[in-house]
Amino acid sequence: MQFAPCIALALLLYAATASADISLHGFLQGNYSADTSAKNPDGGDFKLAEERLQLKLDASKEPFHLFLKADAFYDHIDRKADLELREGYIDYTAPNWDMRAGRQILTWGLGDLIFINDFFPKDYESFFSGRPLEYLKLGVDGIKIGAYPGFASFELVIIPFFEPNKFPDAKRFWMFDPMASITDREKKEPAVTLKNTEIALRAYRDIAGYDAALYYYRGFFRQPSVMPDKPMMPTKLTLFYPKLTVYGASLQGKALDGVVSLEAGYYDAREDRSGTDPMMPNSQTRFLLGYQRQLWEDFTVGVQYYAEYMHDYAEYKKNLPPGFPQERRLHELVTVRLTQFLMHQTLRLSWFSFWSPSDGDYLLNPEVKYNFTDHIWAALGGMVFGNGNKWSQFGQFDKNDNVYFQLRYEF
Amino acid sequence: MKRLMLLLVLLLLPLEVFAITADEVMKKSQAAFLYPGKDFKARVMMKLVSKGGQERVREMTMLRKNFGETGGDQKYFIYFFQPADVKDMTFMVYKYPKKDDDRWLFVPAISMVRRIAAQDKRSSFVGSDFTYEDVSGRDIEDDTHAISKEEKLGTKDCYVVKSTPKTADVDYSYKLSWIDKATSLPIKEEYYDKRGDLYKTFTADEIKDVKSLPTITKRTMKNLQSGHMTEVTYIKVDYNLNIEDSLFTERFLKQPPKKWID
Repeated sequence: MQFAPCIALALLLYAATASADISLHGFLQGNYSADTSAKNPDGGDFKLAEERLQLKLDASKEPFHLFLKADAFYDHIDRKADLELREGYIDYTAPNWDMRAGRQILTWGLGDLIFINDFFPKDYESFFSGRPLEYLKLGVDGIKIGAYPGFASFELVIIPFFEPNKFPDAKRFWMFDPMASITDREKKEPAVTLKNTEIALRAYRDIAGYDAALYYYRGFFRQPSVMPDKPMMPTKLTLFYPKLTVYGASLQGKALDGVVSLEAGYYDAREDRSGTDPMMPNSQTRFLLGYQRQLWEDFTVGVQYYAEYMHDYAEYKKNLPPGFPQERRLHELVTVRLTQFLMHQTLRLSWFSFWSPSDGDYLLNPEVKYNFTDHIWAALGGMVFGNGNKWSQFGQFDKNDNVYFQLRYEF
Repeated sequence: MKRLMLLLVLLLLPLEVFAITADEVMKKSQAAFLYPGKDFKARVMMKLVSKGGQERVREMTMLRKNFGETGGDQKYFIYFFQPADVKDMTFMVYKYPKKDDDRWLFVPAISMVRRIAAQDKRSSFVGSDFTYEDVSGRDIEDDTHAISKEEKLGTKDCYVVKSTPKTADVDYSYKLSWIDKATSLPIKEEYYDKRGDLYKTFTADEIKDVKSLPTITKRTMKNLQSGHMTEVTYIKVDYNLNIEDSLFTERFLKQPPKKWID
């Protein structure tokens, strides 16, 4: 974490822009999550027990804008304090283009907790253990250039520093691991080279009242693949991130008295185009259909159907080592989101669920959030996993059900 | 006999021509209240007061631009300063009189723009006693209007117009509006529920001329049944600023220009 240089940079900029508009905001937050179905693998009873302070510094002097968002937190489970730079960037804005350089959070695509053309890193541990939703997204260290020539808008993101997804920690979460007995593991992230620099492009415009977008990504899978040192009797595993290219498109607009979303992406697994390597994901086509509607005042329903279709399935089946769970050719998910606001939108009851028609597993996430004042809110919710197989997406988390509590003072 | 009839009609005609119809009163009111200027900007302070006296504040900058005639399309851009948990959020509405709005919300914490479903224009705006329609206007043709009387409200000569929704899916059965004859602004509104009981009142508490356009700078909506009320104050109001069309796009929803939101 390049924290010190960023602070130095901030101070420098602060000095240089003494006449700039500066604002400081943030929050103090307590966040706790207790196991409800089993103790953690390491014997603990909590998935999460932490307090954090977030500071957000905004400074702007046209055409520049500086933004820093940093967290200081104390984790009671690991008994350690740490700092985390969540975002830190400088914007430059010109009439027809702009640029953002530094650590930044990006969200692309139309899915609600389903990501086809959102190529940026996620923190699933945060989400599964009941941190506020914003912690699902991790920043990327890179440059984003926006161009707005009129006939369409473009966003180009260049990421020289690879950031993988963050998956649940094996000490806190029960998960499926087909090679659990092999503990010698090495993580190999793509080296920082020009060739490994990730490129993401999004072009979007309005077409007859619909928001249309095209996407392109050239980089890596953010979920690691596993390479054993010896195929028959492995003693060491190397976790690496296979090369990936994605071509995608999306369309969203009003229809059927609500908002309809369509999104698709072709995932080209560049290192396993024939689909013969069982240790790497095969190429896939991913598809999403979403519908959102307000049924009555302050009550909204959102449903999504999502499918992942594996190409070269015959090759995959042929090459799968014995003893490994076999994935289906078509992996499907259905999500439901219900949101009801009450008491002048100070009380929010919400429900989010994933359910897989193909695998049978689910994740249920009910939540109640109340704003006591304009500055203080609290949320109480649950994460319930289950069904399916012991290796399926949510089924493997069966023993990780938890109840979480978030309390925040915002200023 | 026919001639006599014609004479009678001709005699009556001037009266008919000079008497303003309820629809005309409402059209003029709409022009003065919701469409003045080519564009508009205000810092809006919204105070939500519960029956028990607890106050919550919503502070935002609201920008509006008209596209076409009075009663036509409008675009709104709203940037939130307060409360803290929605600070820096922006909200954009493309309003069409004859069909549902297009609405987009930008959530800065995850840098996400999302379209939001917007079927019910009678639902509450940011939890206040004002509905989306109270903020951006209701299509005149959605109600039948009749002038029920003319009377003085304070020092102002007003038309009192009774507006009855043509469809039953509205929260009120009829509304009475006191429209100032001089400015065409609504000075008071009374909403009656399905049982015919008064349940909501709107009052224009302060009117100022801004660039010689009379503007309601303080208004209150009271819910008499729940005891909840919302007071709205416009702090900095301005018209005809030449807001660019490009402001109302995803680019600026994500990065609202300082000059427009301050």
